[in-house]
Formats: sequence, C-alpha cells, structure tokens
Amino acid sequence: MTQAAQIRIQAVGKTFEGAGPAVAALAGIDLELRAGEFVCLLGPSGCGKSTLLNIIAGFTAPTAGQVLVDGAPVTGPGPDRGMVFQEYALFPWMTVEANIAFGLEIRRRPRPEIRETVDRLLKMLHLQDFRARFPKDLSGGMRQRVAIARVLALDSPILLMDEPFGALDALTRRTLQDELLRVWAELCKTVVFVTHSLEESIYLADRIVLMTYRPGTVKLDLAITLPRLRDPASPEFNAIKKELGALLMAEQQRHVEAEFV
Amino acid sequence: MARTSGSRLLRGVLVPLAALAVWQALAARGVFNPQVLPSPVAVFSRWLAYLKPLEPFDPALMSRARWLVSGELPQDALGSLYRVAVGFLLGAGLALPLGLAMGTSRLVHALLDPLLQILRPIPPIAYIPLAILWFGLGNPPAFFLISLGAFFPVLVNTIAGVRSVDGIYLRVARNLGAGRSATFLRVILPGAAPFILAGARIGMGTAFIVVIVSEMIAVNNGLGYRILEAREYMWSDKIIAGMLTIGLLGLGIDTLMGRLSDWLLRWHRGME
Repeated sequence: MTQAAQIRIQAVGKTFEGAGPAVAALAGIDLELRAGEFVCLLGPSGCGKSTLLNIIAGFTAPTAGQVLVDGAPVTGPGPDRGMVFQEYALFPWMTVEANIAFGLEIRRRPRPEIRETVDRLLKMLHLQDFRARFPKDLSGGMRQRVAIARVLALDSPILLMDEPFGALDALTRRTLQDELLRVWAELCKTVVFVTHSLEESIYLADRIVLMTYRPGTVKLDLAITLPRLRDPASPEFNAIKKELGALLMAEQQRHVEAEFV
Repeated sequence: MARTSGSRLLRGVLVPLAALAVWQALAARGVFNPQVLPSPVAVFSRWLAYLKPLEPFDPALMSRARWLVSGELPQDALGSLYRVAVGFLLGAGLALPLGLAMGTSRLVHALLDPLLQILRPIPPIAYIPLAILWFGLGNPPAFFLISLGAFFPVLVNTIAGVRSVDGIYLRVARNLGAGRSATFLRVILPGAAPFILAGARIGMGTAFIVVIVSEMIAVNNGLGYRILEAREYMWSDKIIAGMLTIGLLGLGIDTLMGRLSDWLLRWHRGME
C-alpha cells in the first residue's frame, strides 16, 4: 500500500454557470488514489460526486485545478478509464456479444483475440447463455453485467462506476456487488465507485470519501479495513455505519434545507 | 396459432368480400350504367385479359418467363415499379447523407434548413411543368418527380433520427475509444435507423403516388398512363382493373418494406 498515487486530484473545483446564479458543485478537492484501490465517493444528491467522476473520466473539464492519471493531466475521455453508468447505456442495436466486443473492434484487435476476450468475459460474468440477445431482452442486473464486461474488455486499469447498481433491486444488487469484488480482486483494477448508499460503500470500499453538500468538498476520508466478504449484520460493520451515518445525514439535512425551504 | 391466424384472415377479407357482393348484386339488377360503373365480374374478366400475354408462346422469340410477363398489365406494372425504384433510390439516396449531415452539424443545418423549408411544402405535382420543360417526356421527368416525392420524408426523418440518438451513447462510444467515423457508423446511424426506416416507408408511399401522376402526364406506358388511356375509350372496367392493380402493388411494396424494417429493427421491437 505504499505505491505512488495513480490518480491525483489537485485542487479541483467546478462551477456551473447557467441562466440563474452560478452553482459551485465542487471546491478544493485534493485526493490521491492508489493503483488497485477500491474507493467509494459517498454523499447525498447534489454533492458533486458524479461531477467529480465525470471530471476523472474526462467528460467534464474542471473550472479549477486538475486531475492527473499516471502523471499525465486528463484532457478527455480515454479507454484507460472505463466508465459504467447507472442507466447501463448498452447499445440497444447490438447483441450482448457485440456490445462487449465494441471497444476491441474500435481498436482493430485481431478477430481471434476479440473472440477469446469476449468468451472469457461472458464466462466471468455468467452471461454465456445470453450472448446473442439484445439488451431489451435482458433484466436490469444482466444489462449491468454486460456493461461491466464491456468496460473490462478494454482492460483499462481504472474503472469508474456511477451508481452502477442504483436501479437494481436489493438482492440483485448484492449479487452484483459480490461479483464486482471478485472481478476486482482477480483483475487488480482501481475502482472509483459513486454511491449514495452508506451500506454499499462500507460493503465494497477500501476507502470511503464522504463529500459535503454543495459545494462538494471532502468531509471525511476513511479507510475501511474489515476483512471481505463483509457481514453487514456484524457489530464492526454497524459501528462504522453509525459513525458515517450521522455525518452523511448532516449533509443530507443541508441538502433538504437548501432544496425545500 | 393456425386457428387465430385463420380467423384473422377471415376477419380481414369479410368486409372486402361483402362490398364486392353488394356491388355485384346492384350491378346485376342494372342499378348502374355499366359504362359508368361496371360489375366486379366485368372488371375481373377485363383484368384477366389485361394480364394475359398478347401473342401465343413461341420459344424461338423469348423464354417462357419473359412470355408470361409480356402482357400489357405486367409490362405496365414493371414499368411503374422501375420508375418507383429509380426515383426512390435517387431521392432517398440524396436525402440520407444530407439528413445525416444536417442532423450532426448545426452549421450545415443552419445553412440548408431555410431553403429546404421553403421547398418542402411544394407538392411534387407542382413541379410537373418544369419537369417537362427541363427533362422532356418519358422516364427522366418521372424520375425527377418521384425522387422529389421520396426526398423530403427521408430527409426530415433522418434529421429527427440523428437528433433522437441519446447523448449517453455518444459518451459511451467516446469512453470506449471510438473516433468520429466509428461513432457515426456504429452509433449514430443505427441509433437513427428507426426514424430513417419510417421515413423511407413514407417516402416509398409518396413515390408510389407520384409515379401514377407522372405517368398520366409525361410517360406513355405504366399503370397511370393506362388508366388515362382507358378513359379515352370509356373503358371503365379497365380503369378500375388498373386502379386495383395499383392498390395491390402498393400494398405489396409496403408489406415488404414493413418486413424489412421489422427485421432490421428486431433489437427495437417493444422497446419504445
């Protein structure tokens, strides 16, 4: 755990200028994420956690500061940072197989290599029986497995996940969380995972970055050292949940007051 | 399954058959002057005569397949279909790239849209005098008019289709490393396909209307020409036979287009 930081977020701020008053979404974020680390960005809606993820992904430019990945500043999206979206965003006109193969075909990898990678990922995510289906014929959980496989096919060292399991039912979510942990352990990826679920973050993360409501700043940067797989019913788990929960609810309260009062 | 499709077929033909029966009964009682409205039986026998080859089969002159379509009706139908095909391919072939460019680029749209909006409400039929002036008689003015008829539905739908492609797919494509041309070919084009194919189907319908009109004016064969010719001789049975042929051909083409687009959009069915 003494490796150099893979992602350096340096004094990052983001202000949205629109028709109304400017909104400060992020201010003065400094974080260093190590390779292979599983980091959860946790906070209420409006805390800018998705904005921060989009800045790391290169979809949005920060209005202050910069993000360095392996020493180079981020200037746009790139396949070294694969993104998984909450709404899956599978190409509906492609079969499961074609969706997974897309990134490799773009890179003009040789046919046999593509087939081998797709086969391996279909197997890893238990999708073999669905390879020829179109996304519309899959359940939400299956779709998200395909989206994860599609990003894994790129073999990017960094996985960015924007509330990927937010639209799933509780049981499917737990299954996918376990699969993600298994894949992460097997492939040694760096994962930046945005969630507003306290329990999900404690269940998954090496490290939880709790963010404040608007402007988003780092309120708490907490390492979770419980051994995996973690038991959400255990006293240790609940102790963390209680401690973090109070802080999270304080931010949620600020959100409620800002939006509804 | 067989029973349901059988009963659906029965329901489908019930009203047309009843209409025919009423028509035949009224005609048999002499309600209408046969010059004005002939009986269905007269129309059908005229249709058969119109369909039949004019010369007896002679292997020295042509193959049997050629001979079978050597009658007046098959020749007219083939002529009309040929004009529809050429005109549609010209019109849709121009509209598709133009629509894709206008849908993707704000600049191209801003430059071309005003002119196209002025031209769009002008029905192709209004171009007939110019079409004859520019292209003379025969197929060329018909191609021009039909391509105009097919052009606008395909153009408008292609623009709408490109704009309907959800921005998240473009972000995913960028994230997966797709450049401009790959994004265009593999994301924007298939994403816009449901609209484009709907436009093509409407354009084909318009092309079919325009081919009949242009044959009445500028061409001396085809189904439109034949109907007008029959009017000169007061052959109302042949007029109706020609009209029914147009209806059946149009139905056939639309069914084929529908099947094709169902297959191309099999990923889309039930998704809206």
